[in-house]
Amino acid sequence: MASMIGLINLEHENDQFKELTYHRPIASIPFAGRYRLIDFTLSNMVQSQIHEVAIFTQNKYRSLIGHLGSGADWELNKTHGGLFLFPPQAHHSTNISQGDVGHFYYNRDFFENSSAEYVLISGSQFVANLNYLPLFHYHLETGADVTLLTTQHDIIQELKNCLKLELDKNNKVIAITNDKQNQETFCGVYLLHKSLLLELVDECVANHKSYFFWDGIRANLEKLHIAAYHYDGYHSIIHDVAGYFRQSMKLIKPENYRQLFRNYPPVFTKVSNHPPTRYQHTAIVKDSLIATGALIEGTVENSILFRGVKVKKGAVVKNSIIMQDGEISTDSQLENVILDKQVVITKNQMLKGSIKHPYIIEKKSII
Amino acid sequence: MKKECVTMLLAGGAGTRLGMLTKNLAKPAVPFGGRYRVIDFALSNCLNSGMNTVGVVTQYSPLVLHRHIGVGKAWGLDRLEDGLTILSPFTTCDGGCWYLGTADAIFKNCHFIDQYHPDYVLILSGDHIYQMDYNQILAQHKETEADVTIATMEVPWEETSRFGILNTTKNLRIYEFEEKPSQAKNNLASMGIYVFNWEVLKLFLEKDATKDHSDHDFGKDIIPAMLADELHLYAYVFEGYWKDVGTIQSYWEAHMDLLNPNSTTILEHGKWKNYSRDSYLAPQLIGENAVIRHSLISNGCIVDGTVEESVLFEKVQIHQHAIIHQSILHPNAQIGEHVLLDRVIVQENVTIPDHTKIAANEEEEPIVVSNENINSILLMR
Repeated sequence: MASMIGLINLEHENDQFKELTYHRPIASIPFAGRYRLIDFTLSNMVQSQIHEVAIFTQNKYRSLIGHLGSGADWELNKTHGGLFLFPPQAHHSTNISQGDVGHFYYNRDFFENSSAEYVLISGSQFVANLNYLPLFHYHLETGADVTLLTTQHDIIQELKNCLKLELDKNNKVIAITNDKQNQETFCGVYLLHKSLLLELVDECVANHKSYFFWDGIRANLEKLHIAAYHYDGYHSIIHDVAGYFRQSMKLIKPENYRQLFRNYPPVFTKVSNHPPTRYQHTAIVKDSLIATGALIEGTVENSILFRGVKVKKGAVVKNSIIMQDGEISTDSQLENVILDKQVVITKNQMLKGSIKHPYIIEKKSII
Repeated sequence: MKKECVTMLLAGGAGTRLGMLTKNLAKPAVPFGGRYRVIDFALSNCLNSGMNTVGVVTQYSPLVLHRHIGVGKAWGLDRLEDGLTILSPFTTCDGGCWYLGTADAIFKNCHFIDQYHPDYVLILSGDHIYQMDYNQILAQHKETEADVTIATMEVPWEETSRFGILNTTKNLRIYEFEEKPSQAKNNLASMGIYVFNWEVLKLFLEKDATKDHSDHDFGKDIIPAMLADELHLYAYVFEGYWKDVGTIQSYWEAHMDLLNPNSTTILEHGKWKNYSRDSYLAPQLIGENAVIRHSLISNGCIVDGTVEESVLFEKVQIHQHAIIHQSILHPNAQIGEHVLLDRVIVQENVTIPDHTKIAANEEEEPIVVSNENINSILLMR
């Protein structure tokens, strides 16, 4: 049976995340209490019987390596296949090409050595819990050269950042645009045969092109049969801080939470071994998503607490995201705030952002 | 390959006094503390103490236990040369039979221990909740040049009649062992944790195996025989939280202890961590009607009712207007609307229908609800 290699391509991801990506790639932005963005794509791949996953990284990949380790937590520490992390090769002697085309070119061996014939490519900014096998079967049935995953995205503010597809009546892609009115949104996930991929890479290299999807796929729209596979399940597309905040908060609604986490196989992430969360007798908690290892003495409303967060007596956290090991001291108040990891808010502080522009506090700050 | 110390973890007991809780699983596999099983505490102690040659002796109803332990990955015991080995009863060309007692279980696995040529063997029980650095008892054992060192803890004098008491000299040399004495001379109780010189233990195990009337038990047979032969037995005094969750009442009490930081800090995530298998569940979701006080709640729970002084294991769901008080809800317990539970232990995968009220009287032990007894409990109410 035909099989797939997974490729998570972090090159060319647009960075509009301010303090959240000062020290990390978009792929390792913490999300939903215990995950990093990349966990969703990686878990989907593993659940879709993909046993070889390559990751093309940009420069800030330290936190990604720390998170992924050997890939054991995604069951990717395998005798055959497994996880392959390809950092950028900035000073390669041949210096043939830039961008992800360079990545493909220098890591050609990885694709050639694999016994799998198809490559499923994804970024890290499309968050969903889905199985790619139906897309794969659709690709084989239609005989398309390339199949793109699309979805109807309905949040108007977020559409401006996404690529849109125009389709004919057979679901064939006839244009890839940036049309703000079009809701048929490209998820950044696509599938093609390995030999076509390498052929298009060679073409890009020969023509001094550097962006594979743009110069290899979109530029050949007329020549190739590009099909669209529609996904209509729960998803988030995360392109900037406001979108991150909105998409995080959506998960507090039980129907959304259940769609992302309950009806499907688990989303894997790095294991932490924190104990259960402790609610003290003064705790008041409502409408919140809370990870393990937290200690809550104060009030938490409509918020997301990551692992090991402490909310002390009299502290009030509203409409905020507190990342791992954050500490909110006695009588402090937070509203519309994103605290990056290990931030300490001292006593009697008051921090307030707005829903459109949440106040972000950088990792390890003491306020 | 030589190892200074081999650890043998006894996890084969039936735990009959836990009733329903151990009907289908071994006592070390009973869920504990929101996301753990009882054996996790001893295994985490092994990891934190650097004891990485561990034999786990299993016998009674081992399926859940074996699945939970796997190759020992969660405790860093999936190692190339030693690590964790599960030791189940086996047959050989000469026959073979079940393990007849704790000492017999070790005797039948002499060949496992001998392959590491150890100087010492550390014997642990998989039924206890505690955090102990085994290097300290081992260090004392070497320093006193003992043949055997037994971990003990001071118990209140009025409770000495419930324990195996070790009578010691001033320098902690043991001269007498009394099982549940009515008039105790000392208040050091044995914790069932032993360090033996392997050569000495092996001799006594071989001798004991030939006796027809022996229970083949460390406390009843091996230790008394060693005392009779005037070997060097010393007590190691442990200070800290230790609980044998032997009965439903003590199992429930141990959970109430966890809720009170003054009783025990055993669940704190400090230098000494507890490890367990991860089930990759989403964070807990707390709804708009939730009231949660003085409780421990785990991943995958969805809570929209009132929870007080209770421990919720993973994937528990509490619907609105339910009231949970001083109860322990095992993984995937589903609690309907307007349910009231007071001092109840709900077992794995049990669904409590809407408007059910189950409360244990103050003088009774907590009520255990399982899929086997739920219909008769509902009929009675």
